Amino acid sequence: MHFIKDRFNYLFKSTKGLILVAIAMIAIITALFGMLSGPMAEMGVRDFVVRVFKMDIVQAEREGRIVILYHSIAMAVIAIETYMVTSLLKMKEFYKKAVRSLITVGYLTAMIFGLLFAYWGHNWAFHGLYITGLVLIFFAGILLIIALWPWNPDYYQQDADFARTKKGVDIERIAFFATAVTTVISALFGAVPGSFFGNGFETFLAENIIRLPEKTTMEYAVIGHLHIMLALIAVMLTLIIGRWLNFKGILHKIAMPLMILGTIVLNLGVWGVSTPLEPIAHMIIYVGATPSMLAALLLLIWSWGKLIRDGTAHLKKPNFLQKLAALVRDPLKFGPTWQMLYMNFTTSGIGIFMAIRLDEIFRVWPAREERIELTGHWHALSAIIATIILFYYGDMIGLKGKIRQIYGWAIIFFSDLALAGVTIFEMKRLFITEAEQQPLVNGLMYAIDFGLGLLLVLLATIMVWRLVDLFKKKGRWAEEVDVELSQEVIK
Amino acid sequence: MKPNLVILLLIAMLASACTPVDLNAAMPSFDTGVNPDAWAKIPAGDFYSGQFNDPQATIAYEIMVTDVTTMQYAAFLNEALQEGFIKVDGDKIMGYYPGDEFHGVKHEIPINSGDWVFIPLNDPAQRIEFDGTSFTVQAGYENHPMTMVSWFGARGYCDYYGWRLPSEFEWEKAARGTDTRPFPWGNDIQRENANFYASRDPFENMASFGSRTSPVGFYNGNTYDGYQTLDSASPYGLYDMAGNVWQWTGNVYEGMHYRFMRGGSKDTYEMDLRIWVRNNATPTYFSPGVGFRCSRDTN
Repeated sequence: MHFIKDRFNYLFKSTKGLILVAIAMIAIITALFGMLSGPMAEMGVRDFVVRVFKMDIVQAEREGRIVILYHSIAMAVIAIETYMVTSLLKMKEFYKKAVRSLITVGYLTAMIFGLLFAYWGHNWAFHGLYITGLVLIFFAGILLIIALWPWNPDYYQQDADFARTKKGVDIERIAFFATAVTTVISALFGAVPGSFFGNGFETFLAENIIRLPEKTTMEYAVIGHLHIMLALIAVMLTLIIGRWLNFKGILHKIAMPLMILGTIVLNLGVWGVSTPLEPIAHMIIYVGATPSMLAALLLLIWSWGKLIRDGTAHLKKPNFLQKLAALVRDPLKFGPTWQMLYMNFTTSGIGIFMAIRLDEIFRVWPAREERIELTGHWHALSAIIATIILFYYGDMIGLKGKIRQIYGWAIIFFSDLALAGVTIFEMKRLFITEAEQQPLVNGLMYAIDFGLGLLLVLLATIMVWRLVDLFKKKGRWAEEVDVELSQEVIK
Repeated sequence: MKPNLVILLLIAMLASACTPVDLNAAMPSFDTGVNPDAWAKIPAGDFYSGQFNDPQATIAYEIMVTDVTTMQYAAFLNEALQEGFIKVDGDKIMGYYPGDEFHGVKHEIPINSGDWVFIPLNDPAQRIEFDGTSFTVQAGYENHPMTMVSWFGARGYCDYYGWRLPSEFEWEKAARGTDTRPFPWGNDIQRENANFYASRDPFENMASFGSRTSPVGFYNGNTYDGYQTLDSASPYGLYDMAGNVWQWTGNVYEGMHYRFMRGGSKDTYEMDLRIWVRNNATPTYFSPGVGFRCSRDTN
């Protein structure tokens, strides 16, 4: 009995255990449902999976299935970020427990019953439980906002190295708070149209209506919701990484107000998409995105500077190569900000390029080509977010020495190879015709599948190791059970 | 050694991406027995439109049983050139279009009256050849759907004979009949139902040139050199209403210059072959995966 109780306490009460469960759930879902599309479908794997697992795939419900699948994965990612925030930041124990309980029950309920409903026939009780799960996550968000309230003197920043007001209010905490508040409000922008369209299965994927000149308010709300939620997950993760790396100093003092400003303006712009402000909403979004991205850039500059300083502290006058070696010495600390930089080539840069040359280039192509850019664009952003979480997780579980190097560099190499492939695939019409594209498509698919496949193998290896570890009496899990991430913030 | 091996493998994989494509690779030739000059009668009445089965209605009309073939299009070009309906402009065939009303909606581009491109002549994927006086079809492609044709070129063909491009509703009803099926032949799709991406039909080679068009009416239940197809006609007897080539439709919508296509193609996954799926492009767009068929009023 103790065996089960101890493991349960680790998996569902400790920070690292909760994160492990969420990553494992995402890994299982990615592995299973990833076999239903793309090259797996071409190879006949999809038909096999559908048959073996007795899935009930109705053609007219594909869009609805995908909406539930995306939400299932996204809710687990939001849960991981919530565990990190509640472990990194000071808050009352009651709130911490309440938020974690609600979000854990919420994402697992939404994920399990949502997917059962979507892929295994329409049991309406399952649909109700899916909605119940999402509602619990929403209330966890509201409690998190209360828990993060930055104007409580208990949470004032005492250290002058960090961004704070004259009174001592922790500006970084305000940034976390602002992100949490806007996330909860933005969730409503999905919940309301979700209820509207979901009633009667009139679901749609935003990429399929993007060219229609007249969209309803509800359709705009869906488009705004999916954009802002992914952006907010990225913003929250940037704040988390900054806290893990112990971002401070003058750049921190500049970055945090920028992050708050960016987050609020970005949200106002996206919410504005479904209001009469729509014609200028994009301009507001650009204005909001700029300070947010600038704040992330400041984190990058600071963290790279720190990695170089720490790595060359023993040298009197390090040369360029020694500095470079120091920068890349620890892939888990270098990786998150490298991926943020790399993101500019695979997502942000392309997004801006598309927006600028939309009518001249992209909308000359058929809508299906534009859909490839849109879906590739946000799949790439999601993948980058996932890799950044994995870097932090690798550090969290104490990977050391050669294993740490292999794990970290494998994530960087495999994911960047796949993302480079996706980027070229999205943009291929700029330099090759449809008739002549097949060898290029094949080459890119090899690169993408090779990169993503090995990334999943790496993740599976870690998960199997952690599973085996759970059967050990004094395994790694026993060391992790009482540790909070705030204790492991880099000095 | 192992890292080097991985790098070498990767380089080899990426190098394979630079292989040139032989667009004139040998094409198997089959007579499908389906007459491309045949028309199907669609009765007036209700049908279910779109993914969510909205009730709609059409008047009675007729629609081609197959896509317009390259042979039919070449014959049109020869006649139309003689009569001055089209003109050769460098490496393009041009024809007149009366223009659209421009509403100045965001992203809308004006389509003015004047000559617009029907087909390009210099594109290596074009299967129509022009020797300066007459148009012929590249051998092996005679009974394949006409591709590399713009919306203007598709409309021009139908217009020349006094027909029209089908509206989206007409196209959908002809493909679906009066029930709610997702594919013209029923609820499920198999590789032998239609020509789609990586459907392993006799015309594709995914290692080199990729997917190619199949002769019109190919998926009629016949066996071709051991390749057994499934009879995939729509309830009204139309072939290739899913896969092979996207088909231009005739609607011109207020506030947008895009023209809509239906049916999915040899280059798309099965999900795009579902009857309600729409694609669109500027009317000057042409591609090896886009063709058309015509409709006409019932006399």
